[in-house]
Amino acid sequence: MTFVQNLTFFVLAAFVGYEIITKIPTNLHTPLMSGANAISGITLIGSVVVAGSGSTTLATGLGFLAVVMATVNVVGGYLVTNSMLDQFRSSDDRRRGD
Amino acid sequence: MAAILGGLSASALAFVYLIAGILFIQGLRDMTHPRTAPRGNLISAGGMALAVGITVLVTDILSPVLLFAGLLVGAAIGVWLAVTVETTEMPQLVGLFNGFGGGASALVAGAELIDMFGTGAFQVGVTSTAALAGIIGSVTFWGSLVAAGKLHGVVDDSAVRYSGEQAVKALFLVLSVLAGLHLIVRPNLLGAVPLAGWVPSYWVLVAAASILGVLLVIPIGGADMPVVIALLNSYSGLAAATTGFVLDNSVLIIAGTLVGASGLILTVIMCESMNRSLANVFFGGIGEASESGEEMEDIYEGNITTTSPEEVEMTLDVADRVVIVPGYGMAVAQAQHAVAELAELLEKEGVDVEFGIHPVAGRMPGHMNVLLAEADVPYEKLRDLEEINPTFSQTDVVIVIGANDVVNPSANTADSGPIAGMPVLNVGEARTVIVNKRSLSPGFSGVPNPLFAQDNTNMLFGDGKETMQELVNIYKENH
Repeated sequence: MTFVQNLTFFVLAAFVGYEIITKIPTNLHTPLMSGANAISGITLIGSVVVAGSGSTTLATGLGFLAVVMATVNVVGGYLVTNSMLDQFRSSDDRRRGD
Repeated sequence: MAAILGGLSASALAFVYLIAGILFIQGLRDMTHPRTAPRGNLISAGGMALAVGITVLVTDILSPVLLFAGLLVGAAIGVWLAVTVETTEMPQLVGLFNGFGGGASALVAGAELIDMFGTGAFQVGVTSTAALAGIIGSVTFWGSLVAAGKLHGVVDDSAVRYSGEQAVKALFLVLSVLAGLHLIVRPNLLGAVPLAGWVPSYWVLVAAASILGVLLVIPIGGADMPVVIALLNSYSGLAAATTGFVLDNSVLIIAGTLVGASGLILTVIMCESMNRSLANVFFGGIGEASESGEEMEDIYEGNITTTSPEEVEMTLDVADRVVIVPGYGMAVAQAQHAVAELAELLEKEGVDVEFGIHPVAGRMPGHMNVLLAEADVPYEKLRDLEEINPTFSQTDVVIVIGANDVVNPSANTADSGPIAGMPVLNVGEARTVIVNKRSLSPGFSGVPNPLFAQDNTNMLFGDGKETMQELVNIYKENH
């Protein structure tokens, strides 16, 4: 892919992101931040590629460290967001149960 | 180990990445309502599993043991941190995770450079985006660690300032940019002298950017952390997106950009809520203009009315409408459950109870909302600043718990000072204001609060949790 094609993804994604995120209510800003944070762990893909196929020991070592860090970000991020949203859901359920 | 799906064509892989990208977007779309948000998080996690899974399957893995060890170790640490965290520690945990994402991006860019220079190939597109990923990723990693440290109380959370501060920061920024330029330009200028295999200028860049990350966050005080956390969130997304440019990977670019946009929007919202520019948060230095203790005593002298839980209970007895305004103090005292119980008791007696939430109350965006949700307060009861402010004049009792600067009326009248012009909750318009605080000490801004001296304000001194629990018990006895 060319640089311009990549740039196209970047610009379009920025607009999509803006449109969606401005619609998210204040109530959900913490889960949004934590969920978005988990998505930024997508860099794990890059970590997997360099850790798996690194041509030198140094590159492989760096890749390993990157895999550990990105996995912490992904797994921890989604779990924390999930437990946060569970609390929102339980208060909602209770209200409807009253 | 050869790739399990090595035969998969590049366009098929790109298609799977596209699906993952769509899942991320749909996941965020579901975040627009509390009812669909949990599903959104699952969809987003599914997109992540798909993207990572397919990558593991199509990559020629030279050292599978190392890779899976990395995944296992990371997952174990992530689960352990997520399961053991207390709600009050949530801001620093989110900050910490954030830093890890940024750090990983910087390392990936470095490893990719080593690979590229090792094979003798050279592309300006790769080196320039790698330089960007390195700077943003390193700043994110160290900045987040310092921010998390401040929130956790292991790093001094006051605004640490020194002379020549801006010059020192500029120096390290210039240093990292120069190292980046060197990385991009050198092979062209001095083609005969190949860069060493481990790409030293990249690590100079990482070192300079790391120091810059620390220096950027150290001078920022605890109360500005919502802005910092949101901005670092944005950076970690941008770091992932630039890594996507380095690796020529569409899903990295899409997902990273979504996060970048999200963090930036939250940052702007937080700044607007404080009537401050981003530059002011980073370079302005709140707290410098704090007023002297004598002036504070002048304002409070003889004008402070104190009250007791018994009296507050009587006041609540004749109230039709009560608004509760929580602040960071509620989080510190872990008073949210007692507060929620009080609200529920009042509701049962037919009192109209709402919560007024200032956008920057707490230490991360939406901090109060999460704490109150944990205590099972229905989200319909939570009102933001624009919604709640017009209602204070028809409110009988406002209970302020652990909030100070966000209810300071001098923000509306002062021409200068740290909080001048900041939109605040105008609680003073209510008939009676009960302020629960441990003492008259000023809020983070260091500015005295004339609200405490107002005729209709009664100070209820004491620990938030204990005082609210006492109030709940007295209320129960009498109803």
